Amino acid sequence: MAVIHDVIPAFELFQPTSVDDALALQERHGAKAWVLAGGLDSFDWFKDRIKRPEVVIDLSQVKELRGVRTTGDGLEIGAMTTLTEVVRHPTIREKYGILPNAAEAAASPQIRNQGTIGGNVSQDARCWYYRGGWPCYRAGGNICYADTPTGLNREHAILDANRCVAVNPSDTAPALIALDAKFVVRTPKGERVVDAENYFIGPGIDITRMTILKPGDLLTAIRIPSTWAGSQFYFEKVRDRAAWDFALVNVAAAIKTSGAGNNVDQIRIAVNGVAAHPVRLTAVEAAVTGKPRNEETAEMAGQIAVRGAEPLQYNGYKVPLLRNLVKRAIRGTAAQA
Amino acid sequence: MNLIQWATSPWGQQVPTHISWTLLWISAISGLAFLIVHALYVSIWAKPAHSAASSGVSGAAAARIPERVPRHNLSARLFHAIMALSMLALLFTAFLPKVGVEFPWVTWHWIAGIVLSISVVYHIFDAFLGQDFWSIWPDKEDIEDAGRRMKRALGQTAPEPRKFAKYPLENKLYHLVVMLAGLSAIGTGLFMMKRVRTPFFPRNPYLFSDMTWGWMYVLHGLAGVGFVALVTVHIYMAVRPEKLFITKSMIFGWMSREKYLEHHDPNRWVVTDHAPATARPAESKKAPS
Repeated sequence: MAVIHDVIPAFELFQPTSVDDALALQERHGAKAWVLAGGLDSFDWFKDRIKRPEVVIDLSQVKELRGVRTTGDGLEIGAMTTLTEVVRHPTIREKYGILPNAAEAAASPQIRNQGTIGGNVSQDARCWYYRGGWPCYRAGGNICYADTPTGLNREHAILDANRCVAVNPSDTAPALIALDAKFVVRTPKGERVVDAENYFIGPGIDITRMTILKPGDLLTAIRIPSTWAGSQFYFEKVRDRAAWDFALVNVAAAIKTSGAGNNVDQIRIAVNGVAAHPVRLTAVEAAVTGKPRNEETAEMAGQIAVRGAEPLQYNGYKVPLLRNLVKRAIRGTAAQA
Repeated sequence: MNLIQWATSPWGQQVPTHISWTLLWISAISGLAFLIVHALYVSIWAKPAHSAASSGVSGAAAARIPERVPRHNLSARLFHAIMALSMLALLFTAFLPKVGVEFPWVTWHWIAGIVLSISVVYHIFDAFLGQDFWSIWPDKEDIEDAGRRMKRALGQTAPEPRKFAKYPLENKLYHLVVMLAGLSAIGTGLFMMKRVRTPFFPRNPYLFSDMTWGWMYVLHGLAGVGFVALVTVHIYMAVRPEKLFITKSMIFGWMSREKYLEHHDPNRWVVTDHAPATARPAESKKAPS
């Protein structure tokens, strides 16, 4: 088990002031380098002495990675923009209200002041076997301690498990998927822009990573198109402690409706906390499009959302939880559930 | 360089977890190095082996050998094809992700492993019941002839080695190595399926201790990377011009009478009378194949 120490093992610290410098440092040090954003995930690893990087590249001095910029088609949020800045930004609040809702729910005010949106979407799994330093699949070993007859897996995956059953803990990730955001990644070969849902990868693809980022890659910005500006949004997060905790399950939806029947014209809906990656519910989207936003449609959507769910010993509750959250998102009224 | 990856188990025990993936490259490079050295050796130093003129079989006896000498029956050929396809699927699903081609490989890997396992079980029964079981195992004459060849290759005097029986010694040795590596991979792979979700049985990663599991993963990995070299060499041999008649016989089931007489000893590989008149030397010791 991990032992909490007061002193972080020594590493060489670099504080580049430009993206190019950061990339050059990453290229020079390769897999030995650890990229530090807000530090809320990183310092846990360091203080537990489970991750012992030789080199830490602190992005806090890279000004071009901070701030929210208006573009021809929406907004661009620098990866080092804090969650507080996202929550307080007037345009984001006005047009993309689901994102500040998710960012606000992500953490306590102190953590939001330090935590960044890039770090929030790129953070590692919170499975305690993994975080405890056990040699599980995700740590490069050959076993998942959570998915055993005696494993404690109340918070673990019910969908898309593939050997590892850890879940993605990000709250902003499903909101960004619902907004059809694009993630801008700088790699040694140039710039890549990927859809939000394609930024995340499951254990079937690579069991040791949660995102497409490889050593040498850097998430620089998140672009939100204007497509969903001003739509009807829904975000809800269920957690053990209301003050602050990781999501047991969260749901984010952006919906465009029309007509007196409040018919769903377009919808994007995603959930997190149920798989190793945020899950966009495309089957639900297809099923509810063209249908009125009412109880019957919501019930159907909830049933579709949990198809294929395989609960473990202690997380069976996540199936009705996911079903009901999706139902509420489609119906649009949490209080009536 | 660590050839095995180790980890500390939750109980503080140092346990193996995997082979080092450096071995994948070592295996691949070894396979390529072998074929380069072999190609150079054959083209520069090696002398032609036997000729049809030295077959030792009289013209009349040779004429009684069928034009198409049956070598692999349909059952053996189908097994070989299925085994080859499943082996390639196993290698691609295992190692492409290690070289950067990312895809959900686990399910495809164990499905290919199941196909390979079933085909190998079938092959074992077929070899016992429907084939000449001992024809693929090295015998005393093979060892003696190998010694003779080695001495002659080194310039020493030695009696001329006999022609091969149904299979050359290198075929037999290759089969032996593939059998050992294959059974290692299959045996460990079937147990490893207890660690992933399949429709066959519930997961139970605690079936063995961490140490036993670790060595199982190491053995599976060693067999797997070994197959990279083995398959490379096999494919290379299959496409060499002087070996094409063997490759064709694995596709069509037969080889020509000329190739049979040129490369094989009718006394060691007796061709039975599938045809109306087949030579059956009196001194034959082998069972019909």
